[in-house]
Amino acid sequence: MIDTLLATLRRIGGRTVDRVWRMGVAARFFLLVLLHSGPSFRRFHLIVREIFTAGVLSLIIILVSGLFVGMVLGLQGYETLQTYGAEESLGVLVSLSLVRELGPVVAALLFASRAGSAITAEIGLMKATEQIAAMEMMAVDPIARVVAPRFWGAVISMPLLAALFSAMGVVGGYLVGVVLIGVDEGSFWSQMQAAVDFQEDILNGVIKSVVFGIAITIIALFEGYDAPPTAEGVSRATTRTVVTSSLAILGLDFVLTAFMFRGV
Amino acid sequence: MQRATLDLWVGLFVMAGIAAVLFLALKVGNLGGYDSSETYLVKAAFDNIGGLKPRAPVKSAGVVVGRVAEIGFDPKTYEATVTLSVSARYPFPKDSSASIMTSGLLGEQYIALEAGGDEKMLVDGDALKITQGAVVLENLIGQFLYNKSESETPAAGE
Repeated sequence: MIDTLLATLRRIGGRTVDRVWRMGVAARFFLLVLLHSGPSFRRFHLIVREIFTAGVLSLIIILVSGLFVGMVLGLQGYETLQTYGAEESLGVLVSLSLVRELGPVVAALLFASRAGSAITAEIGLMKATEQIAAMEMMAVDPIARVVAPRFWGAVISMPLLAALFSAMGVVGGYLVGVVLIGVDEGSFWSQMQAAVDFQEDILNGVIKSVVFGIAITIIALFEGYDAPPTAEGVSRATTRTVVTSSLAILGLDFVLTAFMFRGV
Repeated sequence: MQRATLDLWVGLFVMAGIAAVLFLALKVGNLGGYDSSETYLVKAAFDNIGGLKPRAPVKSAGVVVGRVAEIGFDPKTYEATVTLSVSARYPFPKDSSASIMTSGLLGEQYIALEAGGDEKMLVDGDALKITQGAVVLENLIGQFLYNKSESETPAAGE
């Protein structure tokens, strides 16, 4: 009885210590990536290739999801707003929800599952097939050669993708609201422009997406770099990347929103 | 060769992203200007504009004929000066009147332009003489309550 109790206690304690230990290693890893970013900027074509794999290849999913999210917002918003005779405010509803929250958050969630998981799997497999160890043998720093370009490629891609998501969403809301349902076009845009502030809303959205980009990428890179070099280990690390970065996005979003829109 | 196509895609992607930010800033946000081609500007002074916003529609007989271009405050008369940008396709007589209306009970506010009988038409820079400001709901309710209590007081006193 006491033995099982002690064993459970020991397991909980062990896991907690393990988490804290991993947290510390991840923080050190983040600093290491930042320190090794210099050489990767000197070989910019590496970063360009990562922008291609992380950003350009995520374009389709981001654009299509943005369009549909905006269209659904337009339909649902119209349903509710027309009860109060305020359907002209549809533009405000669609654009503010997209620019402030949905754009950065949904784009980041998609990015985590589309690009983050790919980064983890790639680096995990590189480690499992001992490519990283081989680089170290050849005196090539794997952090500078493999990790830092991926970090910067993804961090540069993320705000661009989030902006594209928001823009597509506004276009989707416009298509449903103005073209399909027939809300007055001028009011749609004018109320939107009166309500959306460049600094307060758009710039804060961009800041959010940059923060999410950093969080996703560092989690994905660390999980890949830290994965046990087995097939199971890589698959688990990929799952953990998606779960952890999704939770990190939502948690960080709350914190950032609390800071940014406190006065509103 | 392969790197060249890749660079092209990345360049397109970065440009599309910047274009999206510009679209958000200019079309969605408030950094854009207002295109005033083929319109004429008419000024109107109101004692109260309520919740009227720039770029709100100007309607005549329910049809949108223009937009509110600018809203200002005249420190001499303490009135709001609203500049209307009316489409050049719709000329209005000089003695037309403008009033601020609300679409629906809680809807947005717009300017209703009613044509007068003058034979001369409004030209760019003219001012509308007859205007009616927005009806402020709170004042209306206050007035109603005041009237009600006034009509009830004698009955209670008798």
